[in-house]
Amino acid sequence: MADIAFDESVDITDKVCPLTFVKAKVTLDELDDGQILAIRMNDGEPVQNVPRSIKDEGHQILKLDDNGDGTYTLYVKKVGD
Amino acid sequence: MAEQIDYSSLKKGGFMRQKQKGFFSLRLAVVGGNLTAENIKTIAEVAEKYGHGYVHMTSRQGVEIPFINFNDIEEVRAKLLEGGVKPGVCGPRVRTVTACQGSAICPSGCIDSYELAKEFDERYFGRELPHKFKFGVTGCMNNCLKSEENDLGVKGGYIIDYKADKCISCGVCIKACREGALSLDDNGKVVLDTSKCNNCGRCVKSCPADSWDYEPGYIVSFGGLFGNQIYKGEQIVPIIKDKETLFRVADAAIDFFDKHANAGERFRKTLQRVGEEEFRKEIQAAYEGK
Repeated sequence: MADIAFDESVDITDKVCPLTFVKAKVTLDELDDGQILAIRMNDGEPVQNVPRSIKDEGHQILKLDDNGDGTYTLYVKKVGD
Repeated sequence: MAEQIDYSSLKKGGFMRQKQKGFFSLRLAVVGGNLTAENIKTIAEVAEKYGHGYVHMTSRQGVEIPFINFNDIEEVRAKLLEGGVKPGVCGPRVRTVTACQGSAICPSGCIDSYELAKEFDERYFGRELPHKFKFGVTGCMNNCLKSEENDLGVKGGYIIDYKADKCISCGVCIKACREGALSLDDNGKVVLDTSKCNNCGRCVKSCPADSWDYEPGYIVSFGGLFGNQIYKGEQIVPIIKDKETLFRVADAAIDFFDKHANAGERFRKTLQRVGEEEFRKEIQAAYEGK
């Protein structure tokens, strides 16, 4: 259902706060500047907080998609190495 | 010796009588939970030399040095003042103003809590009243400083305004909002239901495109009580946009308490006895600047 092309994906639905963000951040760290990461996360606390944490790290949020199965996918463009 | 001790005047100066005869737990003045390194060194020296080598952190961000001997009181006072440490207060007056670290430090903060706590402290600390009166300032809806526990509590918030032209329709704010106040319309633009918005500012803070304009504001609650009886402070007027109005409202609340309370009666009890209608009228008038 995604209309955004991405370079890498990570599923953080197996983690709880704060490891949701940590897992996403570790994956982002490995990408190159400008690459796009798709992060699959659970509804509730992760989708309320993870996008903001990633924004606060200085990365560019592109889109949040409702997957319709209780999960969301956040598309993030990596900013800076 | 003991019968000559003027307990109420000592209490006013922060000396709390202990079970152990002739000893006091000395409460220190702390604003918004901050002490300088110099303050802490001085407190440590006094606790070692005159107390039992430890301090007690109180429930409202204060510090007490237990086991100060009555005979050392003047010496301890002087020693503390050298390090910039002043005695706190107990008894029927305005107590320690508490605060979180607020927007100066905390990513969640909507207002500069510490700055406001200092202003409240300068304006009201130690003011004599019929009973104790507590101020607390918390920076955001997370409410780390438990605004509604206080006789007058302030909570920071944002008054928001959506800028559709900047919005990238990413949908992040829709999920960041915990009140269900936001939705996306068919054009991918955000629709704000202001009746549901609680001014938490999570939309602003989560937005990757700066598509929210915002103004910080003060959400004030009155008559909180968290001792023998428990009441949640209540908001009477809408979120306040400026400090001038905030202080006018705070002045009106504390003056109302001063004027109407019986000795030893907490603010909530006064409101219940006198009737909240009158109070609401006065706060509304202060809010409107009348």
